[in-house]
Amino acid sequence: MALKGNLTDFPILQILNLVNLAQKTGTLVINHQDLVSLITFRNGKLTYAQYGGEDGSLVAVLYRAKKLTKNQAQLIHQKAAEISDKQLGLMLVNARYLSQAEILTCLQEYYLSIVKRFFAKAEGVFEFVADRMPPAVKITVKLDLENVIIEGTRQMRELEVLQEEIPSLEMAVKFKDRQGMDIRNLQLSVQEWQVVKYITPKNTIRQIARANHMNDLEIRRVIYTLLQAGIVEMVRVAGTPKIDLSTAIPNQTKKEQRSIINRLINRLKTA
Amino acid sequence: MQNVKIVVTGPFNAGKTQFIRSISEIDVVNTERKISSKAEMVKSQTTVAMDFGRITVDDELILYLFGTPGQRRFDFMWEILSEGMLGFVVMVDSTRPETFREARRILETFRAYAPTPYIVAANKQDLPDAWDLGDMRLALRLADDVHLLPCVSTDKETVKKVLITLLESILEMIG
Ligand SMILES: Nc1nc2c(ncn2[C@@H]2O[C@H](COP(=O)(O)OP(=O)(O)OP(=O)(O)O)[C@@H](O)[C@H]2O)c(=O)[nH]1
Ligand SMILES: [Mg+2]
Repeated sequence: MALKGNLTDFPILQILNLVNLAQKTGTLVINHQDLVSLITFRNGKLTYAQYGGEDGSLVAVLYRAKKLTKNQAQLIHQKAAEISDKQLGLMLVNARYLSQAEILTCLQEYYLSIVKRFFAKAEGVFEFVADRMPPAVKITVKLDLENVIIEGTRQMRELEVLQEEIPSLEMAVKFKDRQGMDIRNLQLSVQEWQVVKYITPKNTIRQIARANHMNDLEIRRVIYTLLQAGIVEMVRVAGTPKIDLSTAIPNQTKKEQRSIINRLINRLKTA
Repeated sequence: MQNVKIVVTGPFNAGKTQFIRSISEIDVVNTERKISSKAEMVKSQTTVAMDFGRITVDDELILYLFGTPGQRRFDFMWEILSEGMLGFVVMVDSTRPETFREARRILETFRAYAPTPYIVAANKQDLPDAWDLGDMRLALRLADDVHLLPCVSTDKETVKKVLITLLESILEMIG
């Protein structure tokens, strides 16, 4: 089934959140201003990106990262235009000109820079095509999305959106139990770590804010960042009753309440 | 005589009125008005106060369904409607991810009022552009224990299923 929408109303950071949590494999195809950009993921990690018609060849990336001189880049273009990125990478490594790690870092930063271009209010429509991978000759990387999401979400300054996402500060948050997630690998700010220390279903968001002398906007921003990165989820404060039917079905024993619900169910079954 | 009520809420155009219409034994007393704002010109009519449906169980018991208006400027109605409800249904248009943030807002707002049971209905699952349930659960930030059901408001059977599942979860909570 479809996984498509409009970037204005379903922003890239929410797509990354979804891809990360669902550990998706496939390509996000973005149509924007007559351009088609591609961002590819494997098991929820960033592996590849291509921005519109921009030259994303290894030569171009290394040249822009100042790992190749202009002459070297031109030479490769002229003499070895038909060599694939993977072959070229191997030749540069074998020639001891660059290490494999240097090449991968350059590509990783380049792919990431493409993703970031969509952070700011972006326009365009997207569709996620499951299992679609880049051509085999392209070099892929493997980058966790949590820190990318944290960096992007942190820039969020729109109070209105933050209030929509976290309407009540009387709720609590708790850590999501997700396999393979190690909180120590997160690149959090001092303020974010301060908040993390107080996260338990026993504390309301408001209490965490007070303990850290943070205002509504600050606490909402941090909590939203952690929500978006899939690190925490919102819950009712521990100890509050699971259900309260005292105003819905007043003056009734549990047994009578059960009987009422059962009669409703039976009636609906025959509706 | 016992009256109980379930609130049907959700973003603009999610299918709330249709949901109630499919199951109510009386003609839905709705308050549709012509839409004025251009931004919301997806259709010509919208609910401005509330939809109201009824299911009579027996001489002693009646279930009322109240549909909230989808537009933001009627938010004040929520608190009024949520008073004394048995539970609520959050309808979400599965084909319009741009409304998911609004759905999250509604969900979190209602959830903060009182410990009331709720269920999320992924509506318009009959349309080709419908997102699948797994993706919607994540996008709506629903915990694993929250009920999320596929729904087609025009199909009475799926509407029944949503309401029955909500009631069954209430039974479980009563214990
Ligand atoms: N295909 C399809 N269309 C539906 C479904 N449910 C509702 N619709 C259509 O979606 C539109 C909106 O339905 P309404 O019931 O008016 O939605 P609403 O949530 O009451 O809208 P507001 O009161 O304006 O917020 C109508 O054109 C319905 O016919 C569904 O399950 N499938
Ligand atoms: Mg309506």
